[in-house]
Amino acid sequence: MTDLRELYQELILDHNKRPRNRRKLESANRRCDGYNPLCGDRVTIFVKVNDDVVEDVSFEGSGCAISTASASLMTESVKGKSLTEAKAVFERFHDMVTSEESTGPPDSSLGKLQVFSGVVRYPARVKCATLAWHTLNAALASNIETVSTE
Amino acid sequence: MITAAKSSGQPGTDTHTADYDVESIRRDFPILRQTINDHPLVYLDNAATTQKPQAVIDALRHYYETSNANIHRGVHELSVRATEDYEKARIKAQRFIGADRREEIIFTRGTTEGINLVAQAYARPILKSGDEILITAMEHHSNIVPWQLLCEQTGAVLRVAPINDRGELLLDEYEKLIGPRTKVVAVVHISNALGTVNPIEEMIAMAHRRGAVVVIDGAQAAPHLPVDVRALDCDFYALSSHKLYGPTGIGVLYGKKELLESMSPYQGGGDMIKSVTFEKTIYNDLPFRFEAGTPNIAGSIAFGAALDYVSRLGFEKIDAYEAELLTYATAALSEIPEVRLIGTAAKKVSVLSFVVDGVHAHDVGTILDQLGIAVRTGHHCAQPVMEHFGLSATARASIGLYNTKAEIDALVAGVRKVVEVFG
Repeated sequence: MTDLRELYQELILDHNKRPRNRRKLESANRRCDGYNPLCGDRVTIFVKVNDDVVEDVSFEGSGCAISTASASLMTESVKGKSLTEAKAVFERFHDMVTSEESTGPPDSSLGKLQVFSGVVRYPARVKCATLAWHTLNAALASNIETVSTE
Repeated sequence: MITAAKSSGQPGTDTHTADYDVESIRRDFPILRQTINDHPLVYLDNAATTQKPQAVIDALRHYYETSNANIHRGVHELSVRATEDYEKARIKAQRFIGADRREEIIFTRGTTEGINLVAQAYARPILKSGDEILITAMEHHSNIVPWQLLCEQTGAVLRVAPINDRGELLLDEYEKLIGPRTKVVAVVHISNALGTVNPIEEMIAMAHRRGAVVVIDGAQAAPHLPVDVRALDCDFYALSSHKLYGPTGIGVLYGKKELLESMSPYQGGGDMIKSVTFEKTIYNDLPFRFEAGTPNIAGSIAFGAALDYVSRLGFEKIDAYEAELLTYATAALSEIPEVRLIGTAAKKVSVLSFVVDGVHAHDVGTILDQLGIAVRTGHHCAQPVMEHFGLSATARASIGLYNTKAEIDALVAGVRKVVEVFG
C-alpha cells in the first residue's frame, strides 16, 4: 500500500475533497471544454487573460481524484503567470507525469505540483492528471474570446 | 428463457454447488496463477472478457502446430483437417445454442459484427423512411450505434424502451412501443452494465405478434445461462467467444434459415461465392455466404474447445455456483454504508456495478488494482445506462465460473480500503 499513498498523497486527497477555484469565472475571456472519452470525465477551464498574463483561472466539472486535484492545483499554480510561463509549467508538468526514464527527483520548480510525480507509474491514469492542463493549453492557444457572461 | 429465472441471483442451494470443485477448475486457467502488485490476482472483470482454460490455449496451439491450412479449398491433407475442425466447431456452436441447422450458424468476429451484419444485410434493404427500430435503454453501444447508422442510411427511427431505477425493463412500455412500423426489435439478453436478465421469451413473443423481427444481443447471456434459440424463437442471436472462455476475435451469429436465405451478402470476397465472372457472380450457400475471406480458423476451433469445457461443467452447476457468489457478494457489499449498488433487478446474474460515495470509479479501480483485484471502471460502453442513473461511471465486478468466496472477500476488503483512503 506504500505505492498507493505515493499516488494518493494527502495534498491530492485534500484538493479532491475541497477543490480550489472550482467555479464559473464570469470575467473569463478564454474558455475551453476538455473531455476524456475513456472515463467520461469533463472539465471546463475559464481563463481571464490580461496583457498576456493569466489574471484569473477557474474550472468546472467533476472527475476522479487525480483529475479534480490536478485541475485545482493547476489553477493555483498558473494564476498570475505570464502566458509563456504558464506554458512552460504545463510542459514541465507533462514531462514529469509521462517520462518514465526520469529517475531523479521531480522538478522542484514545479512546487506543489510535484505531488503528481507518482502518476508516471500509473499509465492508465496519466490522462486524468493531464486533462485539465491540455484543456488550459487549448484555452490559452485560442484567440477566440469566448463570451460567457450569461 | 427456460432457465433465466433459475439463474436469477437467488441463493444457490448446496445440492447444486456441493460438488462444484472450484479449486480444480481454477487449475485449468493458467493466467490465474499469478500475483499482481504482490497480491494474488483476483480477476473480476469477466463481463469484459473471460480468461481461457488450458484446453482452449492447447486447441489454438494444436491447430497451428498440426493442422494450419486454409479451409474449403485445398485438396491436401492439412486443408482437409482444418476444414473438418472448423466445421466441427460450427456444429458445437449449433448444439450449444440449440439451433436446428448448421447453416444457421455464421462465424463472425464477435457480437458486434453479428449485430452489424443483421443491420446491414437484413434490415437495410427492407427499411423505409419512417420505419421503426426498437431497442432498450440498457443496451451496450454495440446494440445502439449499428442501428443509429442504419437510421441515418434509411430514414428509419430509433425508439428506446425505458427502464426503472432497479435497472429492469418496463415491459408494458416496451410492448406499447412496438407499433405497426416497427420492423426490427434489438434487445440485450443480459445487461453488461447492470446484470439484468431480460424476459426475452416474452419480449420476442410480443414483437412477433406485431410482425417485427427480433435480434438478441447475447454477449453476456451465453456465458451464464443455457441459450435455446428454438425455444426462444428469436430471429437472430449474436454472441462472442471471448466472453465464453474462448479466444477473442470470434463469435457466432445465429439466424433463422429462411431469414438468412432471404438476405444479401454482408461482405464480398473469397469463400462467399460459388462462381465469379465479370458478368455475374453467384453467391455461396449458407452459412458461407456470410463468411467472406479467410475466417478466424484457429479461433473457431478453440472456441469449440471452450464450448466443450463449459458444457462439461454444465450450466446447471455453473449457474447455481455463480448465483451463490453473487448473492454473497451483494450482501457483503451492501453492508458497506458508502457503497451503492447500481442495478438491483430481481433477475440478474454475475454483475455488481457499484459506486462509492464521494469516490470516482477510477480511483476505486486504481486502489483495487493495487490490491491485485481487476474490475472494470467507467461507463461500460453503456453511456445511456449511466445517464439514466445520473452517473458518469461505476466500478463493476463481474463473476465468472472460477471465482471464489475468498476473492469476493478480497474485493469487499478492497472497497473498505477505498473508503478508508478517501474517508
